[in-house]
Amino acid sequence: MKLKPLLALTTALLGWSLASQAAEPFKVGFVYVSPIGDAGWTYMHDRARKIVAEEFGDKIETTYVESVAEGADSERVIRNMSARGHDLIFTTSFGYMNPTLKVARRFPQVKYEHATGYKTARNVGNYQARAYQARYLAGMTAGAMSDTNQIGYVAAFPIPEVIRGINAFTLGAQATNPDATVKVVWINTWHDPAKEREAADSLILQDVDVLTMHTDSPAVIQAAEARGVYSVGFNSDMSSYGPKSHLTAAVMHWESIYRDKIQAVLDGTWEPTAIWHGLKEGVVDVAPFNEAVPEWVVEKVNSVKMQIINGEHAVFEGPIYNQAGELMVKEGEELSDEDLLELEWYVKGIDG
Amino acid sequence: MDLALLENILFATVRTGTPLLVVALGAMISERSGVLNLGQEGMILVGAACAFIAAYSADSLLLGVIIGALAGALVSLIFAFVALTLISNQVATGLALTIFGTGLSAFLGAEYVGQSIEGMTRVELPLLHKIPLIGPALFGQDLMVYLGLALFALVFWTMRSTRLGLIIRAVGENPQVAHALGYKVLVVRYAAVLFGGAMAGLAGAYLSLSYAPMWAEGISAGRGWIALALVVFASWRTERILLGAWLFGFASILHLLLQGFGYDVPSNLLAMLPYAVTIVVLVFMMSRKGAKGLFAPRSLGQPYHPPQ
Repeated sequence: MKLKPLLALTTALLGWSLASQAAEPFKVGFVYVSPIGDAGWTYMHDRARKIVAEEFGDKIETTYVESVAEGADSERVIRNMSARGHDLIFTTSFGYMNPTLKVARRFPQVKYEHATGYKTARNVGNYQARAYQARYLAGMTAGAMSDTNQIGYVAAFPIPEVIRGINAFTLGAQATNPDATVKVVWINTWHDPAKEREAADSLILQDVDVLTMHTDSPAVIQAAEARGVYSVGFNSDMSSYGPKSHLTAAVMHWESIYRDKIQAVLDGTWEPTAIWHGLKEGVVDVAPFNEAVPEWVVEKVNSVKMQIINGEHAVFEGPIYNQAGELMVKEGEELSDEDLLELEWYVKGIDG
Repeated sequence: MDLALLENILFATVRTGTPLLVVALGAMISERSGVLNLGQEGMILVGAACAFIAAYSADSLLLGVIIGALAGALVSLIFAFVALTLISNQVATGLALTIFGTGLSAFLGAEYVGQSIEGMTRVELPLLHKIPLIGPALFGQDLMVYLGLALFALVFWTMRSTRLGLIIRAVGENPQVAHALGYKVLVVRYAAVLFGGAMAGLAGAYLSLSYAPMWAEGISAGRGWIALALVVFASWRTERILLGAWLFGFASILHLLLQGFGYDVPSNLLAMLPYAVTIVVLVFMMSRKGAKGLFAPRSLGQPYHPPQ
């Protein structure tokens, strides 16, 4: 007698659990190369993840794994994610490219999107941000604010992505200050706050009065704040580390890419494309300006920003000379995306 | 090169060398007592995280420094218990300590990532800091640098002229004889390991409170390993540890400065200089007639079984 209601309950529960399984949300996974932290590359990817998770609500479920080393480790993590029923997986570091492609072959029903690579496959797309556009605007600000005409740049590794940023920043600085030069110091690591700070200090000793960096921690901003010179952040708004010194930052907002890709897979319209989005799509931008930045600079930066968005102005638009003073891009021409992806020479005015 | 530049190079050298000096002094004492603790990196990280948390929460740098040292000592206590009381393999235990410390510090510090504190400021000693060339480097630094130098003096004096120094050395050279003479080998070793832990914690506090006043995962970036190499480099001699720390500090900032001054030097090559120097010295020391050239304590890394 007592068994019956129990049975009914069990059936009901089973039915409910089956139903809930059928309505299981769409699963989106993210693989991160470093700890999420507070300001760097991974932080901005995770921020975008939270934004889209909020927007899509119950429709999707997001998961992430942080501090995944490039190479064999990442392959294991991506495979594990694929096997656990993820529908779409974002792998957010250059070194994940080949592991992503390898795993993707085994899981044809899963969609993959890889950040900053150049290969695609039937179920693998890739996406990048035109960070150099924001760098150019940040450089304009730095150039306008420099009295010594010397700007310091703490850089990690001499790879095209970093060189592109340095070149764009320098061209921007020269747009507001034709005499501006940029001193580059390489530290050969993405993340060593003490060394980043030491490099910044060594630049300040050499009459540099604005600093920026292509490394992961905000240590350079702290150094600038402590020594009373200006700084320009990267990846995110780092003004909390330098309330007085932080002029602006070249920031990245990945959410529009994530929103579009997730929507496309939900709609069944997803294609394995390679996209490189910039100011126009809102993927890169400049952070709010410090009040120390005069109004005319803000106006000028904003107007150039509009010009880039409207396609009236390109960052790598001729005439551009290299360090040795040779004309590399003729007047009226501009570098193609292919050239930009392989950029290995420095523009005039870079010291380092 | 002008005077101001040389002054700046010396200043940066002493500052960069300080965390290495402090860790290496602690590691040396521990090794002099016969205990090889490869967990320096883990202890530095826990020290750095705890120091930052304390300094941030209580708004007191002094408290941060104290908590950093205590945290380092506490973590080293785990090592001491496992390696000395349970008589485990010291190398394996030390490596495990580094992995544990790295994870623990990331866990503890997770909520403090992104918080900012006012770091330590320079304290210029009157008159002394005006001495040309060496003044700013030795007398124009922050308090942690002075503390590092004071600890150096303390260790130097202890190892050279005190009974305690002799006991530590005796325990490291021949624990059986030390025991027969009535010294408590385990107590000495425990104390040496704890001292080493506190020093690593202090170095961590220096990194997160002064050098780059923030908490970031992996803020030590391998300095524990460099310090371990430094102890070998200095062949367990206190005065050579000071010189070695400055030399390593100099090597690691030289390429930053030279690049900025426009000297065309391959930065990768210069960045590996400290490591290259360590290898060269190790080879040099090995090449001298066997163990005579190496001043390693004779029972280094060997477990000690107290007689029943």
